[in-house]
Amino acid sequence: MSALAEILVPGRAGEGEALVLTAPISFWGGVDPQSGRIADVRHPQHGETIAGRVLFLPGTIGSSSASAVLMELVHNGHAPAALVLHEPDAILLLGLIVGREMGWRTPVALRLERGAFAAYRGKRVSVADDGALTTAI
Amino acid sequence: MSLALSAEEQAIASGQDGAAMAMRIVAESAALLGAPRLIPIASAHIDGALYHGDSGTLFAERLVEGGARVAVRATLNVGALDLMGCSRVRLEEPARGMARRMMEAYRKLGCEQSWTCAPYQAGHRPALGSDVAWGESNAVVFCNSVLGARTNRYGDFLDIACAISGRAPDYGLHRVENRQARLVFDVSGLSASFLGSEIAWPVLGSLYGREVGNAVGVVAGVSSHPGEDALKAFGAAAASSGAVGLFHIAGVTPEAPDAETILAGGRPETVIRVTPEMAAKARAGLSTAITQTAIDAVAIGSPHLSSAEFDALEELIGGRRLHVPIYACTGRHVLTTLERSGQRKALEASGVVIVADTCVVVTPILPDLAGGVLMTNSGKFAQYAPGNTGYAVLYGSLADCVESAVAGKPRFTDIAA
Repeated sequence: MSALAEILVPGRAGEGEALVLTAPISFWGGVDPQSGRIADVRHPQHGETIAGRVLFLPGTIGSSSASAVLMELVHNGHAPAALVLHEPDAILLLGLIVGREMGWRTPVALRLERGAFAAYRGKRVSVADDGALTTAI
Repeated sequence: MSLALSAEEQAIASGQDGAAMAMRIVAESAALLGAPRLIPIASAHIDGALYHGDSGTLFAERLVEGGARVAVRATLNVGALDLMGCSRVRLEEPARGMARRMMEAYRKLGCEQSWTCAPYQAGHRPALGSDVAWGESNAVVFCNSVLGARTNRYGDFLDIACAISGRAPDYGLHRVENRQARLVFDVSGLSASFLGSEIAWPVLGSLYGREVGNAVGVVAGVSSHPGEDALKAFGAAAASSGAVGLFHIAGVTPEAPDAETILAGGRPETVIRVTPEMAAKARAGLSTAITQTAIDAVAIGSPHLSSAEFDALEELIGGRRLHVPIYACTGRHVLTTLERSGQRKALEASGVVIVADTCVVVTPILPDLAGGVLMTNSGKFAQYAPGNTGYAVLYGSLADCVESAVAGKPRFTDIAA
């Protein structure tokens, strides 16, 4: 399966196991900035890690420090391999915009219709820097 | 529509210094959001000075090295350290040093040392209709909803970038048409005794946030102004369970003299009729503790406690000795008053731990306790404490929190919704 998605924030291409979140998440308080583990006990994917994954986000909620958590994950090497969002999220994606300004290597962030997320569940996904999403067979 | 920068903005953005970096961050965010231009702002509230890891410190220091200074009034949200020395923060080196460097960098950028998540109760109250760039989700929602100033939910780093450039993307809640309500959240089906109780506002805020997500709604069915601290609690809970940036309350908040005036087209797309069952479920959902036989601590003050809330706390304790500590989080603007009045001494003698400049869910202050249970009256603490502190949470009113702290075990007064 493949799709060409709109690029929200350019960044480096990546490959990893898809993590399709089934509920919106607050990165601050919801994701451990040191490890990338989902720490929100009320979140359905609690305990999973976003580090190195192609992360499909149906939405984000909560704190305006989401950007700081994502940038910290970029800096300490535990960022997702790529981010796929239903809609642009200016708070979260600032973590990538500022990370790029700092000269760090940031993953690419793409926009894809939420309804298309499920098809990637459990698959290994590679994301090119032009926005092409491909699943490994 | 693509973003058009003025010649001056372009010239600043093409530089090599801190101001250039700030302008590029604002412009890139504007482009991402589809904003056509940047607009001038009157003030900023900066959430970016809280240590989450070294990256944020390095960013702030890069701005300082580049000679950047804020162009508008900029207050600071909480940091990771209690600079007033009221409480002991268990942040170890090297994180402690990095957190201190970060707080110092924001001071050098020209920000005010307010260190509070309730800047609107510390003298920073922008005028109705003015454009500002505020961070910290509860401050944003209060600023928009209760003060009627206009801000989006500015994420960490964009807040300081806006403060340095003096500009923000013309987008979202800066535009009048986006401030109109699309749905009604009708609480008229709830009992007057529940609506008059302290827990009503955090509980309803939590429900509201979950129901509306990031939509703008108007709360109908509130017969009298519940007071500023109640609106503070409602907004904080709504902004942590959802992505709420602005709410209206008909007859209470400044842009909604009545529901019809603020509804787009005069009528709602959706009406949420809140039932007592919904309120009861939302209240239960704020607690995560399975066993309810003992508590290890109480935490209050998210958002930071006002002087009035400290008065209520002191009255409820009534000079009794607490069995487990109450961590009472506030800003230095209130601390001065508490010291002058002698309240700080009296509260600490009872076993209250005052936490200034920071709070118990953003930095390690609570004892590291496996299986600990924390009681709170804050919808926001209830939301974040399990993930950030490892404590399970019990939610109750301030009166219940105080009685439980005295007894060392949970005490609940029944308030039917």
